[in-house]
Amino acid sequence: MSELDELYQEVILDHNKSPRNFREMADANRRSEGYNPLCGDHVTVYVDLADGVIRDISFKGAGCAISKASASMMTTELKGKSEAEAEKIFDSVHKMLTGDMGVDESDLERLGKLKILSGVCKFPARVKCASLAWHTVNAALKGTGEVASTE
Amino acid sequence: MKAVREKRLPRSGNESFDVEKIRRDFPILKERVHGKPLVYLDNGATSQKPQVVIDTLDRYYKSENSNIHRGVHYLSERATSSYEASREKIRQFINAENGHEIVFVRGTTEAINLVAQSYGRTFLKAGDEIVISAMEHHSNIVPWQMLCGQIGARLRVVPINHDGEFVLDEYRRLLNENTKLVSLTHVSNALGTIVPVKEAVRLAHERGVPVLLDGAQAVPHLKVDVRDIGCDFYAFSGHKLFGPTGVGVLYGKSELLDAMPPYQGGGDMISLVTFEKTHYNVLPYKFEAGTPNIAGGIGLGAAIDYLNGFNWEEVCAHENHLMAYATDALSEIGSIRIIGTAKDKAGVLSFVFDHIHAHDVGTILDQEGVAIRAGHHCAMPVMQRFGVPATARASFAFYNNQGDVDALVRGIHRVLKVFS
Repeated sequence: MSELDELYQEVILDHNKSPRNFREMADANRRSEGYNPLCGDHVTVYVDLADGVIRDISFKGAGCAISKASASMMTTELKGKSEAEAEKIFDSVHKMLTGDMGVDESDLERLGKLKILSGVCKFPARVKCASLAWHTVNAALKGTGEVASTE
Repeated sequence: MKAVREKRLPRSGNESFDVEKIRRDFPILKERVHGKPLVYLDNGATSQKPQVVIDTLDRYYKSENSNIHRGVHYLSERATSSYEASREKIRQFINAENGHEIVFVRGTTEAINLVAQSYGRTFLKAGDEIVISAMEHHSNIVPWQMLCGQIGARLRVVPINHDGEFVLDEYRRLLNENTKLVSLTHVSNALGTIVPVKEAVRLAHERGVPVLLDGAQAVPHLKVDVRDIGCDFYAFSGHKLFGPTGVGVLYGKSELLDAMPPYQGGGDMISLVTFEKTHYNVLPYKFEAGTPNIAGGIGLGAAIDYLNGFNWEEVCAHENHLMAYATDALSEIGSIRIIGTAKDKAGVLSFVFDHIHAHDVGTILDQEGVAIRAGHHCAMPVMQRFGVPATARASFAFYNNQGDVDALVRGIHRVLKVFS
């Protein structure tokens, strides 16, 4: 598979075309905005957090196929996870996207379907696209209330 | 596509303009990217350098390197005379009246900041208005916002129409007794629109208002004559004019530059320093504190020498022909929308798809060896005006040819295939 085909796999294109949980959430108790100043992409992530568990999660925003697919897959993966689990997944995703050599068995297991995003690390200019939603959910869960930025 | 292309192969009518010969002057155009020949269509971001510019830098560092305006030794005198010769070349290139009206800066951005901080903070006050347009690069917005924050002046913005054209009537309406400065782009980096700057300057001057023009995207495409335009300041960057990065030019009329205080303090900008008082140097050195980008300045002179070998009418004819060819070719791709359809355009073709983001377009084209820019082009208000987060931008130089456009079109078909 060419690097390009690896980047734009069917699953990613499908999430881009029909993003899951792509909606505002009026009763979210956590909300964060993410912004990539280099390209103008922005995303808002909504979380309904109860007893340390992500009961519901959704997103809205505008971005490229990679950022949209990554956000969409993120919502499906994080729904029902505890805050602690979500943080571990965030770390593993971060390692994978940045091509960190330290990705180990437990990371791979944790990543599951998200492994399909690994093609991004061959495209340094696109790593920020894929990581935007993840930085944003991280900020939402930590409740910093700050606008997450890829910078 | 082939039939379509062949249909539009009118001769550009300038037989002496040999683009293939010109391409051989630019060594980077022989490079391959991802196994494909490089198709460089990101000239709006920076242009490539001809061999003569590269050789000039090489020669300077190998045999001339020295500090200027200080040493009494041979090398220093040689470097000084090369650097000052460049200033003269630039003066002639834009037809300024005096060499001391040419101030070397780092680039367009620094030139605009210089005027904002030196002229603006001295001659503008609370309640005064600065007029810019809705298609400015951030570097012709933010320095004025900073100035407004410092002195309480107000920024007024001339709107653009659906084609991305400067609306002269609105501009005329915005000018009033509070207007104290006008700062406009000459050619829009995001849309390619050529602004009717001569008329804009005339209208401002009717009210005694000075005008700065951001010429970063204009000088590589148009023959610029600052005295014909009549502007008070003109800013441009060397690296977009086939010269090195890190050097640019602020042209300013003598009487204005004379009245302005220095922008930065340091060496070279003084004539006498005691702890009690410093006497500033004469123009242009008053604005050139510290050791400048000597090699860059000399390299820019070499770029101008190179450009002087061409007939501008032929360069413009070639570029217009290429723009028309590219616009037609892209227009035939159904799902494309061209952003910026002004009647007078230079060098830039911005486009979007309804269902494909510019970043994805950029990545896939890159895999085909085609370099374009994808993003907001440091002109976020322009993106907001057209309701798009970003555009893909192909920007041309006189060394681009129809083959480059054909490669772009082939690449776009690959984009469409990925997202089909």
